[in-house]
Amino acid sequence: MTWFLDHVPQVWSLLVTHAVLAALPLLLGLLVAVPLGWLARRYPRLYPPVVAVTGLLYTIPSLALFILMPLVIGTGILDPRNVVVALTLYTVALLVRTVADGLAAVPDHVLQAATAMGIGPLRRFLAVELPLAVPVIASGLRVAAVSNVSIVSVAALIGVPQLGSLFTDGFARAFLDPIVVGIVASVLLAAAFDLAILAGSRALTPWVRARGAR
Amino acid sequence: MITFTDVTKVYPDGTIAVGGLSLTAPTGRITVLVGPSGCGKTTSLRMINRMIEPTSGSIAIDGRDTATLNATELRRGIGYVIQSGGLFPHRTILDNIATVPLLLGWDKRRARATALDLLERMGLDPALARRYPNQLSGGQQQRVGVARALAADPPVMLMDEPFSAVDPQVRDQLQDEFLRLQAELGKTIVFVTHDIDEAVKLGDQIAVLRVGGTLAQLASPDRLLADPADDFVADFLGRDRGYRGLAFAPAPALPLRREPTVLLGSTADAARAAAAGETWLLVVDAAGAPVGWVEPDRLAGVVTASDLHRGGTVARVGGSLRAALDAALSAPSRRGVLVDESGRLAGTVRAHEVLEAIEREGPGGP
Ligand SMILES: Nc1ncnc2c1ncn2[C@@H]1O[C@H](COP(=O)(O)OP(=O)(O)OP(=O)(O)O)[C@@H](O)[C@H]1O
Ligand SMILES: [Mg+2]
Repeated sequence: MTWFLDHVPQVWSLLVTHAVLAALPLLLGLLVAVPLGWLARRYPRLYPPVVAVTGLLYTIPSLALFILMPLVIGTGILDPRNVVVALTLYTVALLVRTVADGLAAVPDHVLQAATAMGIGPLRRFLAVELPLAVPVIASGLRVAAVSNVSIVSVAALIGVPQLGSLFTDGFARAFLDPIVVGIVASVLLAAAFDLAILAGSRALTPWVRARGAR
Repeated sequence: MITFTDVTKVYPDGTIAVGGLSLTAPTGRITVLVGPSGCGKTTSLRMINRMIEPTSGSIAIDGRDTATLNATELRRGIGYVIQSGGLFPHRTILDNIATVPLLLGWDKRRARATALDLLERMGLDPALARRYPNQLSGGQQQRVGVARALAADPPVMLMDEPFSAVDPQVRDQLQDEFLRLQAELGKTIVFVTHDIDEAVKLGDQIAVLRVGGTLAQLASPDRLLADPADDFVADFLGRDRGYRGLAFAPAPALPLRREPTVLLGSTADAARAAAAGETWLLVVDAAGAPVGWVEPDRLAGVVTASDLHRGGTVARVGGSLRAALDAALSAPSRRGVLVDESGRLAGTVRAHEVLEAIEREGPGGP
């Protein structure tokens, strides 16, 4: 406990880095997953390959991905961009299927009505399909957020500082305090992400809670 | 006016949904497409607004071939109502109704004012405007669906079984309101149903289709019932078509009898005196409107609402022979109750008297 009180500024800065490294890939991953999910939904023949290939990405061990990234995108070995790109891939892996399934769950009669009223395909996607898929997409985002928060720590092994550094640090010095603080901070961060996404989803979907409240 | 000229639709799997359909839906009238499941009603309807493209043949609206028009603009000028409502679950009722006006670029205030106005015209409480579709009953959702289709005042409306998902009583009510609205608006409507009774009630003309999407008969409801073109049409119309045809019979003057009555709340003695030995006595309210029948011999104390036998239907003077006959057949006394325009008792008529009127000048004949 005294260790923590002595290192509050340092832990805080690691926490902020950790948060950014986990959140940025979440946004980028969503931006990539939405069009891919749309493709998989729009062209049923693309669904199996797209979902299978993106899903496979998640099975690549994170440490291997972090180490391989510099070779693939030409960054330095300590560059945090490696972590961002790698986690974006994981986010895409988790989200493409969710987005496709969320879009598929939009009732057909609603789509037919939209078309019949003269709403073009792009507008229909942005104004009808995507908003209606928000609850499903948000549930996928929550999974990806927690997964990202936990995977970011691994990047400590390749020297990108964030909360994971507390684990390597504590381990190297056989000192428990930083490890406990790191775990608690990670859990709190994951919970904060989860709540933020839940709150965002609820704000975007007032109609879901209106159900039954006649 | 919507004109189908030799329209065929063959789906990629080889299904012939519509086979060489030619017909005209006149301006300002309701044309009903009716037929068994799978006979191509929905396909025909969706070819009008090009949600489905015909394989061959052409469809013209007021002489303009729809294939030459921009599909999106064409659709914005055609109201479309479907069975399940198709309302946007994530938009409020008001925003749902305002959809097409906003697409057409109306300013927000005008679109919302129009939407609110339509909401009321459809008999819905303006307080519903801010709700979401899942907070409405099925009947209310269908009304909103119709309001949404009407919002930009399109000259043409396509309706695909719009009332078939609600219970019979609500359906009846929706149909009546729909007819009242159409009398005001005079839209060119193509209406799909598989319910011949609905077709007969709503249609100015009825197109009976057979599986394969060919036209079996195109006629007004009374001609259809009186003179089915072939066995298929006759079977489809059902057995009691003679009786249903009475709904269109010109109303001859029926010999009305004066009916003794008693006021609701009168004493049993007063009722027995009025009945003068008859088993059944008609009860009226203070306004003179018939409310039901009672058996004076079974009364104790005063005539209350709970004593009333309410089985009898009530027909209007000058209404259809079907309604008059039904009133006679459904009354426990076998005396059919007829009322005037304001709902006051006009008199009663017996079944044989209605039948005599039918024989004299009613419908049918070969
Ligand atoms: N997309 C499609 N692909 C292949 N066949 C289709 C398609 N849509 C409809 N059909 C077939 O075309 C025929 C006509 O269908 P349609 O939906 O127009 O019938 P309907 O008269 O509206 O029937 P219902 O009363 O059941 O609604 C049916 O045999 C149906 O199975
Ligand atoms: Mg149909």
